[in-house]
Amino acid sequence: MTEAIAAVKRDRPPAGIMRWLTTTNHKDLGILYMSFGFIMFFIGGAFIMAVRAELLFPGLQLLAPAMYNQLFTLHALIMVFGAIMPFATGLNNYLIPLMIGAPDMALPRVNNWGFWILPFAAVLLLTPFFLQFFGVGSGATGAGWVMHNTSLDLQSGAGMDFAIFTIHLLGISSLSGAINVVVTVLNMRAPGMTLMKMPLFVWAWLITAFMLILAMPVFSAAATMLLTDRHFGTHFFDAANGGDPILLQHLIWFFGHPEVYIVLLPAWGLIPQILAAFSRKPVYGYRAQVYALWAICFLSFLVWAHHMLTSGLPLAAEVYFMYATMAISIPTSVLVFCWLGTIWRGAMTFETPMLFALGFVAHFGMGALTGLILPDVAVNAQYHNSYVIVSHFHYTFFGGGIFGMMAAAYYWLPKFTGHMFDEKLGRLHFWLTTIFFNMTFIPQWFAGLDGMPRHTADYALRFAAMNFISSVGAFLLGLSQLLLVYIVVKCVRSGPKATGQVWEDAQGLEFTLPSPPPYHTFETPPVVK
Amino acid sequence: MELAGAAIHDEPATQERHPKLPCCGIRHETASLHEERPLIKRLQLWLGAVFFLFASDPARAKSIWDFQEPVTPVARDSMAASVDFLHIIMGIYVVVFAIFAYSIFKHRKSSGAQPGTFTGPGSRRQWVLTILPFLLLIYIDYIMMGIPAFHAIAKMEDTRTAAEMTIKVTASQWKWQYEYPEENIRFVSSIATSQDQIHGRAAKGEHYLQEVDHPLVLPTGKKVRILLTSTDVIHSWWVPSFGVKRDAVPGYLREAWVKIEKPGTYRGQCAQLCGDGHAFMPIVVEAVEEPQFREWVAQKKAAGTAVAAAAEKVWSREELMAKGGEIYNRICIACHQAGGEGVPGAFPALAGSKIVNGPFLDKEGRLIKDGHLDRVMNGKPGTAMQAFKNTFSDVEVAAIVTYERNSFGNHLGDMVQPSQVKALR
Repeated sequence: MTEAIAAVKRDRPPAGIMRWLTTTNHKDLGILYMSFGFIMFFIGGAFIMAVRAELLFPGLQLLAPAMYNQLFTLHALIMVFGAIMPFATGLNNYLIPLMIGAPDMALPRVNNWGFWILPFAAVLLLTPFFLQFFGVGSGATGAGWVMHNTSLDLQSGAGMDFAIFTIHLLGISSLSGAINVVVTVLNMRAPGMTLMKMPLFVWAWLITAFMLILAMPVFSAAATMLLTDRHFGTHFFDAANGGDPILLQHLIWFFGHPEVYIVLLPAWGLIPQILAAFSRKPVYGYRAQVYALWAICFLSFLVWAHHMLTSGLPLAAEVYFMYATMAISIPTSVLVFCWLGTIWRGAMTFETPMLFALGFVAHFGMGALTGLILPDVAVNAQYHNSYVIVSHFHYTFFGGGIFGMMAAAYYWLPKFTGHMFDEKLGRLHFWLTTIFFNMTFIPQWFAGLDGMPRHTADYALRFAAMNFISSVGAFLLGLSQLLLVYIVVKCVRSGPKATGQVWEDAQGLEFTLPSPPPYHTFETPPVVK
Repeated sequence: MELAGAAIHDEPATQERHPKLPCCGIRHETASLHEERPLIKRLQLWLGAVFFLFASDPARAKSIWDFQEPVTPVARDSMAASVDFLHIIMGIYVVVFAIFAYSIFKHRKSSGAQPGTFTGPGSRRQWVLTILPFLLLIYIDYIMMGIPAFHAIAKMEDTRTAAEMTIKVTASQWKWQYEYPEENIRFVSSIATSQDQIHGRAAKGEHYLQEVDHPLVLPTGKKVRILLTSTDVIHSWWVPSFGVKRDAVPGYLREAWVKIEKPGTYRGQCAQLCGDGHAFMPIVVEAVEEPQFREWVAQKKAAGTAVAAAAEKVWSREELMAKGGEIYNRICIACHQAGGEGVPGAFPALAGSKIVNGPFLDKEGRLIKDGHLDRVMNGKPGTAMQAFKNTFSDVEVAAIVTYERNSFGNHLGDMVQPSQVKALR
């Protein structure tokens, strides 16, 4: 009897703030991760609004170049490591145990630790930025998110050292999260849930986890070498003392290219599930997609130097990296083909998640196809470090990563909150985002073709019109994201009750549970046929 | 704004987009192909019309899909490849997303579509239809794009064959030094746009941010090998009209080449984030015919002799002050600011500075370590303050030190003679 009462007590989370601080529950941690990503999305967005405001007209109006450099650097670091990756991690935390029929993640305490590192990492990164307004230090790092250029320069100040320690923390957080995913997926699947029956989102995350485990230590190591170069007298990258500045580029991009896929793979996993649900059809080419994801994972470690084609590599290396990069287009087009196969001859309806999923396909398609011509070394000489690149990678990161996360957020939001969101506002949010996203980044492509370099606080008059349009687009894009805040807050607080099934033809174990699911689920594993 | 009418201007632009391509066989074919593709041309016009808002300067008579006017074989190749490849990917995009669009419009629940249950290709015909796009993609990747790309790279990287002259470019924060080793000419090129224009206190000139004090002068019709290096961080030398973007890496020599086909002024700038002044590191190249180039070389050499002679002469304080002021406002002002107040936390003030107001030579006439003259000549490692003896003449070093000691409220009243600087090098 007393045992039973104790069990019931354990079953309920402590009330108030203690619940969130001490929780090891995968759903709570998932919510925490996603909320963190959501908040950072707006902080990173606010930074880039200032950048676009400076670029509205030629000349320096608002920001000194040093401040400008800090803002775009922080924008990139925050969006990649603070917004997209934590949000995707939140999704995996919440959904993987539900999707494979496990009671929780395999390592709940590690899970708690992995999350609580993140807010401290964010504080560490941003501290020097805010301290400069009180006359302390010279601000945060302004060396760009891959920090392989001016980072050796001690002028870059203590902000760079803060960024290095931030990377160490992020590395620990990502690695613990990744190990947790691998252990959970390989050990805790419900009876009958064979690997080849797992939802694609779980597959994509399993592969992402392996990529994190392989790539993240390289980033941490490069950052550590940078730290010892800056302060402890080593000369790995310092040319004046026989070091090699290009080595730093190789190390960073050996991490940096897989990182692109680390951001994209979770989205690639969930898009076919959403397309299938709203086409009322099974996923097309499941096996082909699993193999394609593995192929992309493998290839992504072999193409890093296409980010440094102007750095003066030998001819043979240039040719190799060009052809190897083109090879990625083949597994990627397998995915696109399967997405097409999934909606083909379906019975489609166009709720908000479906709109974002289709928007993902259309925008990511543009990012992928422009990526096909970038590795051509001769043409790359014109594209590299110009706004062409800025436009291209925003089509993959925003058009791919963010659109994917939005699709997921809308798809599972009723499952998380128990309420349906305002469908009309959701659709409005989609259309505003799509229009202003393109208005922001299409002009950047043409400014780049015309010869506008990136990372500059000021520009020649020939680029004025494109920058004006792009800035206006960016402001409107930023504003329309406030609508998302309203929709999410409204959905959390009230709204029509969501059924367990939520969407008419949603597939997967998570939709066999009520919405929101009880605090503990699948304590007795379901049997998958 | 001069936006109106841009769409109309796009039309002549598309017609003369591929005038005469160089001697490369592959490019010839693609060029003539372009002229015979009315559909693509119409598509371009249509897209041009859609994006007419974006054409900032109709007078340039160039399609927004083009790079800046290419004037070297490499630039022509890369632009032709870029335009070709953009057509290819636009073609792929249009075809693939036409199928998506068809499906989206046709297979809706609201129009009574019944969902299929297939999860992969079923019949032999479907397998063929599945495999075909991938074969086509491999063909596009490695044959259609891969082969011309290979030739373009091989050409771009062949910096040595038949090179007729060599120049050396040394980047430092935030200027370029150009050197003609065969002629023994060396000078520094930095931005000529005034701080007033940048901060909106004066109207912006036509070549705002793309003008320099001493442009690089190169002869047309000659293959010029360019060696690049840097003294601090990585920079990147980019002139879009030449199709050259190559990083200048400290500790290494990198190579590129140009063979300019048309006299003119070509503008570019540093393309690799290199610190606070990254946006203010323009490149201007004057391409002139060979005889004019010879003339320029002769003049530059004579001027070099004059500079050497100037170092021998005894200068008056007024002369040094005038010259020093001119140099300060061109070079030093970017960090130390107009009133010598510096930027707190980033760049030290000169007004009232201990170093500037301290002695700079000891009793034996040697440099005092970390004294004013030492700092100007040898710089401070690890900071933006570089060793200006590498880029300044004796007169320039003497002038700037004299100027700084007698400006911004510093009244030392002393001066440095160019001959002293020469002896201390």
